[in-house]
Amino acid sequence: MQWEIVIGLETHAQLSTQSKIFSGAATAYGAAPNSQACAVDIALPGVLPVFNRVAAEKAVKFGLAVGARINRRSVFERKNYFYPDLPKGYQITQLELPIVAEGGKLRIRVGDYEKDIRITRAHMEEDAGKSLHEDFHGMTGIDLNRAGTPLVEIVTEPDMRSSAEAVAYAKVLHSLVRWIGICDGNMQEGSFRCDANVSVRPKGTETLGTRCEIKNLNSFKFMEKAIDYEVRRQIEILEDGGRIVQETRLYDPDRDETRSMRSKEEANDYRYFPDPDLLPLVVDEAFIDRARATLPELPQAMCERFIRDYALPAYDAGLLTVARELAAYFEDVVRAVGDALTPSPLPQTGEGDGDAARLNGMAKLVANWLMGDLSAQLNKDGLEIVASPISAAQLAGLLKRIMDGTISGKIAKEVFAAMWAGEGEADAIIEAKGLKQVSDSGAIEKIVDEIIAANPAQVAEYRGGKEKVFGFFVGLSMKASKGKANPAQLNDILKKKLAS
Amino acid sequence: MLNASLKQLSGLLAGKKVSSVELTQTFLKRIAELNPALNAFITVDEDKSLAQARAADALLATGNAGPLAGIAIAQKDIFCADGWRTTCGSKMLHNFIAPYDAHVIEQFNRAGAVNLGKTNMDEFAMGSSNETSYFGKVKNPWDLNAVPGGSSGGSAAAVAARLCPAATGTDTGGSIRQPAALTGITGIKPTYGVVSRYGMIAFASSLDQAGPMAKSAEDCALLLNTMAGFDPRDSTSLEREKEDYARDLNQPLAGLKIGLPKEFFAEGLSADVAKAVEEALAEYRKLGAQTVEVSLPNSKLAVPVYYVLAPAEASSNLARFDGVRYGYRAPEYGDLVDMYQKTRAQGFGAEVKRRIMIGSYVLSAGYYDAYYLKAQKLRRLIAQDFTDAFKQCDVIIGPTAPTTAFNLGEKSDDPVSMYLSDIYTIAVNLAGLPGMSVPAGFGANGRPVGFQVIGNYFSEAKMLNVAHQYQLATDWHTRMPQGI
Amino acid sequence: MSLNLADVKRIATLARIAVEECEMPGYLQQLSNILDLAEEMQAVDTTAIEPMAHAQDVVLRLRDDAATEPDRHAAFQAIAPQVEADLYLVPKVIE
Repeated sequence: MQWEIVIGLETHAQLSTQSKIFSGAATAYGAAPNSQACAVDIALPGVLPVFNRVAAEKAVKFGLAVGARINRRSVFERKNYFYPDLPKGYQITQLELPIVAEGGKLRIRVGDYEKDIRITRAHMEEDAGKSLHEDFHGMTGIDLNRAGTPLVEIVTEPDMRSSAEAVAYAKVLHSLVRWIGICDGNMQEGSFRCDANVSVRPKGTETLGTRCEIKNLNSFKFMEKAIDYEVRRQIEILEDGGRIVQETRLYDPDRDETRSMRSKEEANDYRYFPDPDLLPLVVDEAFIDRARATLPELPQAMCERFIRDYALPAYDAGLLTVARELAAYFEDVVRAVGDALTPSPLPQTGEGDGDAARLNGMAKLVANWLMGDLSAQLNKDGLEIVASPISAAQLAGLLKRIMDGTISGKIAKEVFAAMWAGEGEADAIIEAKGLKQVSDSGAIEKIVDEIIAANPAQVAEYRGGKEKVFGFFVGLSMKASKGKANPAQLNDILKKKLAS
Repeated sequence: MLNASLKQLSGLLAGKKVSSVELTQTFLKRIAELNPALNAFITVDEDKSLAQARAADALLATGNAGPLAGIAIAQKDIFCADGWRTTCGSKMLHNFIAPYDAHVIEQFNRAGAVNLGKTNMDEFAMGSSNETSYFGKVKNPWDLNAVPGGSSGGSAAAVAARLCPAATGTDTGGSIRQPAALTGITGIKPTYGVVSRYGMIAFASSLDQAGPMAKSAEDCALLLNTMAGFDPRDSTSLEREKEDYARDLNQPLAGLKIGLPKEFFAEGLSADVAKAVEEALAEYRKLGAQTVEVSLPNSKLAVPVYYVLAPAEASSNLARFDGVRYGYRAPEYGDLVDMYQKTRAQGFGAEVKRRIMIGSYVLSAGYYDAYYLKAQKLRRLIAQDFTDAFKQCDVIIGPTAPTTAFNLGEKSDDPVSMYLSDIYTIAVNLAGLPGMSVPAGFGANGRPVGFQVIGNYFSEAKMLNVAHQYQLATDWHTRMPQGI
Repeated sequence: MSLNLADVKRIATLARIAVEECEMPGYLQQLSNILDLAEEMQAVDTTAIEPMAHAQDVVLRLRDDAATEPDRHAAFQAIAPQVEADLYLVPKVIE
């Protein structure tokens, strides 16, 4: 039988705020145990929650970014269950009336197709503390620093049909929350956590199969492996005539398998009801407008603009708009190189056609450098683009010299390495190392003449129709010029001289 | 000094006729003598109280002291007071030394008042007789065989027996008014949101409200001036201009329209209580007020609605008592669930456990709509009844409780009959309205009777005026029990 | 009677309250009586009535985002049943 995979994702993104969602305790990561758990966070008798405005602003920003309807009135409810990392015995969350209602969607690209993943809702809630399982005489230690940290839980429709689609969605969402500045996206620190609801059904049927919720997908790689494992597990059970039990399963990366979390299953009657300590949250048009005004150009819009205005391939545009800082760096370089190339300055971002032909060729060159040498070096040194030792202006200084023929692409790599090592600006390095390209046709002709004279056999082969030998002449000539000969010029001269 | 009003005490302190230390010692001595019989206090800490009294005397010496400076006030043991054991009447918190001050405590401290001690109460404020306290029953000073009412029974008994000049209480379904009525004192529950709940251990958050319990309406006004006010730490605290609740005390009552809810004067009201309330109404007519019959048709459902909503909220509010971060933890247990279950089984008393279980049930899957949601809808109808009634009158008056104080043990085995002793007070909490109880004489058995004044939202000053004018014309509020 | 013994057991488990077998009949009777009282609510038709969750028709205030709370874990943990290495200790949590 052919099976269809059905996946929905629930993502907890930590809203980047200074203080907790219902208390004035700090949210900084990595503090000493319980040093950021105030009276409200540890639920002393008599304390009360007071809601953080910025949590609402960031949640609304998210809703606007995905095009969802914002509930003008949303309600905090209590989800009641006992767990040592949940000091009040209930979690404050939103159920019936979440801040972000239906209508949102995110576009993903997998291989050569695109599709929209619908976002069902997004609601605000507080995080729980942490249980530390190292051995305290057979007991567990509880650190409540994380308790009360603001989260937005983003829930999709079951729209994904493969682990690749799920990962693509998670990556787009991860990029978006960072892009709009609502979440730092740090997966190691737990700022961005995904749970996947996975089921399978016979291809062509409509009814959803019984699903399992997989937790602990704290990297994109694990998400893919966990879903793939879970799909195989479910199909095996069904093909053996078994039934899937709806349950929560934990992914174990060491064993690459999912296992049932029985502890989460028992008696989960959460007895939700509106929190009497918190009044309805009302956001008016002015509040929403202010949130909208702080939204930057969104990645999807920017990606489409890059394709349109810079004639970049969709793949390149997608990669460059993964992070806002990278996209900004790209545009800074393009603008700086363009300023030097065109008599009139480039138009501002978002509306340009400019000197299309030159600009487009140049934009692709910039894209190649960013996705190639620059990314490779950043990765190697474990740096973010904002910490790049080569600024956008400096990289533009180098690329200008490729564009105007001062150096070849190959020499540029050498200059780039020197710049990375902190040896200065591109022009100074080219000057100091004498890397300027030889574009003097007399000098190149002299080299070519000597090479032709010294290799009569190969000249004969070439003239006899063996055109492959041409490469041999290019290599020798380039070597003789110490790599500085202008490649295009060298080609022309070689062709002319060999033909005669 | 025992029967002096707060205003008189304030005058004595300001005039250096008595020091705060002397005043505090007088009451501490009286507590030492009489508390063993009454059990009105859970915690008394002479050193702490006297240290505050000395500070108050220093403040008084500067001449810049406010009206409550140096006056000793007993605090219901539901308010967290920094460094004081705060038990809420429960074994669960028998060892809990609060690490912070409730807003109410902070306000009294700021005013230079002295904390005279923590008064006994029904466990977690759940009860109408003060028999559910882990620290023992409180006795009614008018008759040691009678209950003082609850849940603020310790405060009520302490004020009635003049163990303190005044006290604080909290009222979720009548817990200030009913014990005030049963002990012959005056108490007011303000409009929901007027007094911050910060630091007041929650029973039912949407109903809980703190208020003063004292000998007279005039004293209550003075206390409320200190207790009330906006507090950003309570999201349900209302942002309103600070007001002087004593401003209208001396307004004449001519032309006042008093609404008499016919449902409050029907079956279930004992004859002696009815008679005392009728006499009070006669007094009001003498003062120039008119009475008009009003109807609160849904008020008969207030008790069932309350016993769904309050336990529901309580079941969640009391989930934090789990033996992990403070308070009681069972001495022996197996795994985590066993620790929770034993801690809560041993730490909570029977009534608290009953209400937690009822609350868990009415919120559980399959029952939410039939109980919890239904009760919330009826709550609106009950509130709407009052809105309609206040179109015809300025205040509503009726009995506070259906009977005078009942005997200790009389209802403790029958929770439902106990619940019905709050039949006239509960609707006021559901609506969020202010309500007060005023002493109106004595019943057939010589135990006190109180009548209830219910006002529209934020009409505390008017209600205190209505009560004060009555107290100028009568002397029930000055009576004190003899021979404890 | 509105409840049965299984209900009482289920509620006790939900509420994390240990109930001895001998206490069961007492709880069953008392809880049923309270629910019978609550049954009186069913007499009134409440279709189209908006549930009332709060006494006042007001909306949530929004607090500025500022970390204002100092570290008080030493004072808070002084009253805790069991603490080690600044952590609250509980019987082993199994996930």
